[in-house]
Amino acid sequence: MRVEAMEQRKRIHPNKFTMWVAIASITMMFAGLTSAYIVKRSQPSWTSFEMPVIFWYSTAVMLASSVTIYLALKAFRERERVKYRQLITITAVLGVAFVVLQYLGFKEIWASGISFAGAGGGQFLYIIAGLHGLHVVGGVIALIVLFFKAFSTRFRNYNPVPVEVMSTYWHFVDLLWLYLMVFFMLLQ
Amino acid sequence: MSQEVNLHEQVGEMTTHEVHHDEHHGHHHKETFITKYVFSQDHKMIAKQFLITGMIWAIIGGLFSVLFRLQLGFPNETFPILEDILGKWAAGGKIQPEFYYALTTMHGTVLVFFVLTAGLSGTFANFLIPLQLGARDMASPFMNMLSYWFFFIASIVMISSLFVQTGPASGGWTVYPPLSALGDASEGSKIGMDLWLIAMALFVVSSLLGGLNYISTILNMRTKGMSMTRMPLTIWALFFTAVLGVLSFPVLLSGFILLLFDRHAGTSFYLSDIFLASTQKALPNEGGSAILYQHLFWFLGHPEVYIIILPTMGLVSDVMSANSRKPIFGYMAMVGSMFAIAVLAFLVWAHHMFVTGLNPFLGAFFVLLTLLIAVPSAIKVFNWLTTLWRGNLRFTPGMLFSIGFVSLFISGGLTGIFLGNSTLDIHLHDTYFVIAHFHIVMGVSAFFGMFAGIYHWFPKMYGRYLNNTLAYIHFWITLVGAYLIFWPMHYQGLAGVPRRYLDFSGWASFNQFDGLNRFISIVTIMVFAVQLLFVFNFIYSIFKGRRVTSQNPWGATTLEWTTPINPGHGNWEGEIPEVHRWAYDYGKDGRDFVPQTEPISPNESPESKH
Repeated sequence: MRVEAMEQRKRIHPNKFTMWVAIASITMMFAGLTSAYIVKRSQPSWTSFEMPVIFWYSTAVMLASSVTIYLALKAFRERERVKYRQLITITAVLGVAFVVLQYLGFKEIWASGISFAGAGGGQFLYIIAGLHGLHVVGGVIALIVLFFKAFSTRFRNYNPVPVEVMSTYWHFVDLLWLYLMVFFMLLQ
Repeated sequence: MSQEVNLHEQVGEMTTHEVHHDEHHGHHHKETFITKYVFSQDHKMIAKQFLITGMIWAIIGGLFSVLFRLQLGFPNETFPILEDILGKWAAGGKIQPEFYYALTTMHGTVLVFFVLTAGLSGTFANFLIPLQLGARDMASPFMNMLSYWFFFIASIVMISSLFVQTGPASGGWTVYPPLSALGDASEGSKIGMDLWLIAMALFVVSSLLGGLNYISTILNMRTKGMSMTRMPLTIWALFFTAVLGVLSFPVLLSGFILLLFDRHAGTSFYLSDIFLASTQKALPNEGGSAILYQHLFWFLGHPEVYIIILPTMGLVSDVMSANSRKPIFGYMAMVGSMFAIAVLAFLVWAHHMFVTGLNPFLGAFFVLLTLLIAVPSAIKVFNWLTTLWRGNLRFTPGMLFSIGFVSLFISGGLTGIFLGNSTLDIHLHDTYFVIAHFHIVMGVSAFFGMFAGIYHWFPKMYGRYLNNTLAYIHFWITLVGAYLIFWPMHYQGLAGVPRRYLDFSGWASFNQFDGLNRFISIVTIMVFAVQLLFVFNFIYSIFKGRRVTSQNPWGATTLEWTTPINPGHGNWEGEIPEVHRWAYDYGKDGRDFVPQTEPISPNESPESKH
């Protein structure tokens, strides 16, 4: 098995590849939802919503977390364990902060009188951005797992694959949010 | 079977590999009952788990059809025993309308998703991908195990919906809103519908976990020398199936999420301007569109039929080539047409919606794209027939079911050309013509492909053979029965008999078919009984079947037959074999077959341009 693993090193690692396919799959989900949004928008009785300012902050937080996970991966590859631990902790905290900011944004929209009743932009936003938030929460849980692995005293692991897969996913949810943000701004 | 005995002798002479009779060697960890049979991460055990769970579902789903066929065939009779078993659902010994709809809905859901998606892909993708590619296991055995257990939980939730007081979902397997979105609209739209949605969401997760694994295993874990164009067609088929599933199931899930919000949060994505007769109330929902759901549903729903049929196309190709002792005809054309089918699968969904008020101009494109699918399908049929042509046919049960598959696929495929026309569809939609079409082309033929696979690979799964006599009885009655059941439905459909009605006896235009309906119902019961015979054969043969004594009982070229008779976790003892040729070197240079593992010798005739 060892030798085979070495032979396969030249190709992309199966777990990383799996993550790329999963990303394609998640993309299809959001493509389905955003195209439903476009279809509904052209129909009568469409209602719009005001984009809350707080979403700009959450976007900034998301972008920052992408930078920190990039640095975390770099630190891991250079075997700077302390720095790595700090950076994934910061990334996880930023992830949580993002979800909290999204929730505050939802509350703001809700306060402006847009509840679940109806089928306009606001209702779609709750569901689409909410599902994106769930994907971020999933990422945070994975980060916490990585965090505990990094502090485990029994195992010293220098295999970069899990961290690389994690960072790919994190950049993806970041990009996905950027896409959604632009989408909602252009097609309110 | 004398042919088979002959074959064993040939194989004995020709196979140069030594035969390992022993079970596993001590090179892997001690396994407890739990890790070996329950939470197994061995792809072969997971495949068997999928197969047996799928078979249990098939019996349940088949039984549903027997029950509603009883009602359709004998609308004026009473069956007091049904009341004893089913209680209020069959009050007075007659299937009640609500229950009739629950039966048809669950029959569709169970057969389409739980049997022909999970039971079929789950079994053969798990079993054959690592074995035929030369891998020790899947890319992620743990995810593979999760995939089965998500399927298992989905099954439990779906089963439990059968036992709630208001009954399971009953709005058809497509669960169109507004019926499915409004709990007050029907009994089945209450808790049964929620359980249906939860079960399906879990099912989607299971499919995605499985599909991700299949794709990355096929692309990354092939053994040395196994280039993509040397893969058996089964693997190509399973690959395209997995791609379809991974890209279309998430869209279905988003449709379900919107439906859940409509049901419970008060949104109106699918609801607008509704007055409910049952509560005598006008609903406040505004601005929704039921058509939106249909788009989201059929964006999966159409690829789904290819998710069902593609794996069996692959299985049949391999079984057929091995039992014709001839290379598969047009290997690259087979791969190309499967690719074409996979692409077109995403571009034809609106042909399920011709009569929903779809723009006729748009409909014209969908007609064109739909009819285009006939091209790759015809190429495949041509290649199967030319593989059989002048072959040295061995009529093993697997081979018979493969030939039956091709027959059914032709018969069912031709009526697809009728239904793909939006103008003809105005008359034919929602009639028995549609039922006949999709049951033959994807229901029964997928079952035939699956049976071909089970009969052919059972010796690899359990180290024993299935009983041949029972297999031949199973084949002939199922084939004749399938045609007797579904052929007459074409005539009913052309005459305009609509689906979803539970009693035609009082309907003057259609009660001329009462006798025909009774006939169909009687055949249905007989065919169902023969499937139970197959289940008996399956279980009996696991424990008492004739033992497999040679490593390669069918004289096949592919890698799974180079493993020990009862392979352990890891499949090969020692090194994984290297591959030197494609999977279809049958009857080459006067030799019966050449295994994929044999190096090309210098005086061998050049590789055929496939």
